Amino acid sequence: MSEALKEGPRMLPYVSAITEGVRQVLQEQDNAFVAGEDVGQAGSVFGYYQGLLAEFGDRRIVDTPISEKGIIGLGVGAAATGCRPIIDVMFMDFLGECMDEVANQMAKMRFMFGGGATLPVTVLTMAGAGMNLAAQHSQSWEAFLAHLPGVKVLMPSNAYDAKGMIIAAARDDNPVFVVMNKMSLAMQCEVPAEMYEVPLGKAAVVREGTGFSIFAMGRMVHEALAAAKTLEGLGVDCEVVDVRSIQPFDSETAVASIKKTHRALVVHEAVRFGGFGGEIVAQLQEEAFDYLDAPIARVGAPFSPVPYSPALEKLYIPNAERIVAEVKKVLGI
Amino acid sequence: MAKNITNKTLIDLHACMVRIRRFEEEAGKLMEDGKIPGALHLYVGQEAVAAGVMAHLSNKDQITSTHRGHGHVIAKGGQFSPMFAELYGKSTGYCKGKGGSMHISNMALGILGANGIVGGGPPIAMGAAFSNKFRKTKQVAVTFFGDGASNEGSFHEAANMAALYQLPCVFVCENNGFGEYTRQTNHQAVTDVADRAAGYGMPGVVVDGMDVMAVYEAAEAAIKRARAGDGPTLLECKTYRYYDHVGVRGMGLTYRTDEEVDAWKQRDAINSFEAVLLKQGVLTAKKIENVYARADEEIKEGVAFAESSPFPTEEDLLEDVYFVGATS
Repeated sequence: MSEALKEGPRMLPYVSAITEGVRQVLQEQDNAFVAGEDVGQAGSVFGYYQGLLAEFGDRRIVDTPISEKGIIGLGVGAAATGCRPIIDVMFMDFLGECMDEVANQMAKMRFMFGGGATLPVTVLTMAGAGMNLAAQHSQSWEAFLAHLPGVKVLMPSNAYDAKGMIIAAARDDNPVFVVMNKMSLAMQCEVPAEMYEVPLGKAAVVREGTGFSIFAMGRMVHEALAAAKTLEGLGVDCEVVDVRSIQPFDSETAVASIKKTHRALVVHEAVRFGGFGGEIVAQLQEEAFDYLDAPIARVGAPFSPVPYSPALEKLYIPNAERIVAEVKKVLGI
Repeated sequence: MAKNITNKTLIDLHACMVRIRRFEEEAGKLMEDGKIPGALHLYVGQEAVAAGVMAHLSNKDQITSTHRGHGHVIAKGGQFSPMFAELYGKSTGYCKGKGGSMHISNMALGILGANGIVGGGPPIAMGAAFSNKFRKTKQVAVTFFGDGASNEGSFHEAANMAALYQLPCVFVCENNGFGEYTRQTNHQAVTDVADRAAGYGMPGVVVDGMDVMAVYEAAEAAIKRARAGDGPTLLECKTYRYYDHVGVRGMGLTYRTDEEVDAWKQRDAINSFEAVLLKQGVLTAKKIENVYARADEEIKEGVAFAESSPFPTEEDLLEDVYFVGATS
């Protein structure tokens, strides 16, 4: 601690924060292991397991075939019998290959067994557009997962949260999905060297304000902060809430914010129609209707698969400009 | 019959098959009488498979079962009272009434669940086998599935990974000739599902699933191999389902003839085993009668227990969705 103070803030990119979180979990929990495609020899296509095979060996860093049903099944079966697996699903889009293992087995086993089974399994997966990877390697499916009773869903927007959420997820005795963002991998912030948890079910107010609430998820938190800066120049004092925990959702923090600002917008990278933003809007009108001075706006991707062309993808992904435009529309400015 | 098998084992195998048969016959009646809600997929006809395989497993070994799972649960040590209570949807059932017939499970008995999804079990059993190897135990995980499930990708992925990692896993295919109502010849081009084992680099064995001793001996070899760390085996047991896919006479569909069913009944696993046991003097007619009487007594107690048990209440509805409590 004192060393860190002397040397100033310890900055770490998102990618290294993931590595550090996983490493510390493996050090702490003897029955934890990582399994997934290209996690060992390759150290993940995103680079975040680099060095872990050398450090922990192939008993605990397990390269798997390209077999998502098998990989999730491995996680479910191992978690139910005394292990604490960390399962890597390289791209979130690949959950399509194992939706039964996720939705019908992992999510339901504890309930169907009348509480008999405990499944301490963590799934790390990569979401998001922005790298011209087209329709099957760019999606944000957190709303799919949040709709499944039995799993928890986290979305770290920054390196600090990525590490702390991985640790919290791995220590939780439930299936937890940590939905990370591939465009954030190089993004740095201060990350303590010691183990710490970002608690599940807690949103973070990342910018305080009194005039307007922006509820943002994943990478959109940074777009929301940029939008807030622009809006500040127009005299709008925005509060930005990083939703962070999709399931369980922290409605308390959301309601507290709306009671202060009376106007809000939700933003996520996922398709707007049927997105998790709709759930947030519904909960706010249920719990804080009397505090609302305007309809709650929503910003999300258009109802289309993610396009490949850089020209189209740029138009597709929500950004600060669109947030600003929607806020201005609500305020009539 | 193999020489090294004790009379006690023979008697246990017989009793196990009888308990399954009688449980299922009774469950079918209770369903038709409207006492048991939902859908039951009954195991009558296939008893030799569950009995022959489970004879080699302890409570520490794990199984994954299927939608037709009562037989597996009974053979793995399941008691009738909590089983009937589960079928009735009562809070005293193995799953507190939350799972029902298709999800009966008990972790203490190593039953990682019946499964309502065809092909749902193999990846989970493979994961349990991975865990057994990872934790350096001598436990074996056995997955039961049908000829229908052998066409699901989940089976193939699990088989490949189990062989790749040389896991203590046994794949028991109960080939009863039908995927739901579709005849095997209409759902796969192979005759022997065991042929598929070669594609994964594991042994494939075909046995007569109506012959409990054949199943017992083949399962012994496969389970010993798994326990010794030599990897998985695909064991295909050719068997037959006397009742329909669902219920007893189900929807009255004409997908097979009575003559076909009767021909299989001529080879009934229990009858033919009883003939052998009588001939060898292992059991007498009176003793066999007692086995049925004891099973019927168990049924009587189980049904009474289920009927007098309370239904779960509103407070139970949201319990067990998540683990709540101190995390490790």
